[in-house]
Amino acid sequence: MFKPFFARLKQGYQTKTFPPEPRLPALYRGFPEIVSGHETDLTICPVNALSKNPEEKLTLDLGKCIFCGKCEKSGAIRFSREYRQSAFSREELIIGDAVREKGENLRKEIYKLFRRSLKLRVVSAGGCNACEADVNVLNTLNWDISRFGIQMVASPKHADGILVTGPVTANMKTALLKTYDAVGDPKIVIAVGTCAISGGIYAGGEDCNGVSDLLPVDLFIPGCPPHPSTILDGFLKLMKT
Amino acid sequence: MLKNGCAVKLSEVPRFKYADFRERTAEQLRLGQRIASWFADGEDLYMIMTDDASGDLLPMVTRREGVWESLSVEFPQANVFERELAEDSGLEIEGSPWAKPLRKLQDEKDFYKVAGDGVHEVGVGPVHAGVIEPGHFRFQCYGEKVLNLEITLGYQHRGIEKKLIGAPDKRTVHYIETAAGDTTSGHTTAYCMVVEALAGFSPEPAALKLRALALELERMACHTGDLGAISGDIGYLPTMSFCGRLRGDFLNLTAMLCGNRFSRGLIRPGGIRISIDRNVLEELRERLNKIFQETKNAVSLLWHTPSVLARLELCGILPVQTARLLGTVGPAARASGLERDVRSSFPVQELAHKTITGIHGDVYARARVRWLEMKNSREIMLRLIDELSDLKASDHEPVIRPGYLAAALVEGWRGEICHTAITDSDGRFKCYKIVDPSFHNWPALAQVLRNGQISNFPLCNKSFNLSYCGHDL
Repeated sequence: MFKPFFARLKQGYQTKTFPPEPRLPALYRGFPEIVSGHETDLTICPVNALSKNPEEKLTLDLGKCIFCGKCEKSGAIRFSREYRQSAFSREELIIGDAVREKGENLRKEIYKLFRRSLKLRVVSAGGCNACEADVNVLNTLNWDISRFGIQMVASPKHADGILVTGPVTANMKTALLKTYDAVGDPKIVIAVGTCAISGGIYAGGEDCNGVSDLLPVDLFIPGCPPHPSTILDGFLKLMKT
Repeated sequence: MLKNGCAVKLSEVPRFKYADFRERTAEQLRLGQRIASWFADGEDLYMIMTDDASGDLLPMVTRREGVWESLSVEFPQANVFERELAEDSGLEIEGSPWAKPLRKLQDEKDFYKVAGDGVHEVGVGPVHAGVIEPGHFRFQCYGEKVLNLEITLGYQHRGIEKKLIGAPDKRTVHYIETAAGDTTSGHTTAYCMVVEALAGFSPEPAALKLRALALELERMACHTGDLGAISGDIGYLPTMSFCGRLRGDFLNLTAMLCGNRFSRGLIRPGGIRISIDRNVLEELRERLNKIFQETKNAVSLLWHTPSVLARLELCGILPVQTARLLGTVGPAARASGLERDVRSSFPVQELAHKTITGIHGDVYARARVRWLEMKNSREIMLRLIDELSDLKASDHEPVIRPGYLAAALVEGWRGEICHTAITDSDGRFKCYKIVDPSFHNWPALAQVLRNGQISNFPLCNKSFNLSYCGHDL
């Protein structure tokens, strides 16, 4: 009967403070930066995230990027260790092209609605279970998101919004839309992972082009899958005063 | 005959007449061989059978000639393959007891129904209460008792196999890595084995060892997560909380090797893509030992708590005969007493591995087998770390030969992963078939629910923890 108590003593207190910086692996690829003065073959990218804007400047679409690092070799792109990557609009994810603080108004609006309590219904719509796992891990001792007032709830009727993972397969379209409809107004949509944002590697066909085509997305959290700290940082942005 | 991870010229694959092909399949199944893969390439039907005793893969092919007489009644393991063939290649099947499509959305009228006084139906999903993938479960109940459970999937279908026709190209490996995102090491290893066999290329032994290491890490992480989830579903919170955290720590060990918690970008045809030096391996050993001790501490609570054991024992029994008939693989098969493990039956390298089996095939056995496998995984990993020296990343992309068939088996954490490829005259994939262990195992989950309480479902489901996207592809 005392075993669980001794086990608890051995396991110790595991919840990490957040922020400051989480402990990221040495080879972690975070927010990519464009290094000027280098050229790269645009076709090297498996998801066509690289392109040139009208001013002939290199841009990288973080909403498409799967962080494979193939473009790094040319020197034109450098992956930093920055885990804070989420954005409030799709345009902000185009690196080398946009200002990142564009979504400030939307953020304030969402904060006004939900303040520091956020209940989310998670819908996996073709996700490979990596994004799902890294959302799930936020409920564990290490991250303990309930201390921030965030909770994944079992019913859309209890939710302030939905969190979508996966590229949205043809077979999940109806279920996704029905879940969204079941959430009471006002509500938000969070797209977690490259697939949910743009379809990622699965984009290009009739289906699997991400959630933006179907629902108004309020927060984009890129990554394949996003590191848990990237996801948590995204949530916390909504709660900043 | 073929060994695991080998290729054979297409012209040398044994070809049978349609009727003989069926006869031969039945004969081999009667001898205890299994269907590892079965798929259509245009009008040709290819089958890879496996013989656990001899460690051989037996490919064969036939040309379609009209209606296929179903094998499902005598050999239930053929059922999922027949349903898939009918759905994907339009093969007409006669005499199947259950011929529904596997991945198409179902109409209300398509479900199996039980009628009678007091019989009611419970439908769950596709969107579930937790953070998990979508699937639909339809229970026919009499009171609390489940008479039949029907599992319909397909919600995760992204069309991966179609996208792989004409590959490999720059996107291919990313499809494989996300076929089942929690089994990236397993599927990518199988893919690399296929490509290397097709190219006639042998990667250096150190690269194979590192792949094996990544595979065991994946197993450790997922088994820990499963043990935690099983504890959670029976309301035993200490182990649930501890294991949830520890699973993340195992994932972080994978991230130490390649920067990604799900081993994205680590394993590539030709070898591995990231150089690993001795210091990383030493740190890995140290952290592994620490995390393992903590996991042991968390998991041992389960075996010493009577209320936990009372809930796990004799719940969701998969009898060994049923497991054999359904072609069950992985920890679920071993928990029922079947010695099925690719690492010992179809080895590609020497590992400090021993096959672990359980007795009753209940939730307890599936939990216990997982824990014993983790202990074994640790031994395998420590040996591999000892043997490995510095490892250089390889950027050699093997060139595939035209007109070959290659098949590879890998023991992923859920069980046997089978990848098969056929190349055309230009050295491109004419056909690429993925069989995730979940494909074999979903029917077993439906079986164990029969005559049990509906409230056993979450627990039984966790004890199998099957992949939806790996099944749907």
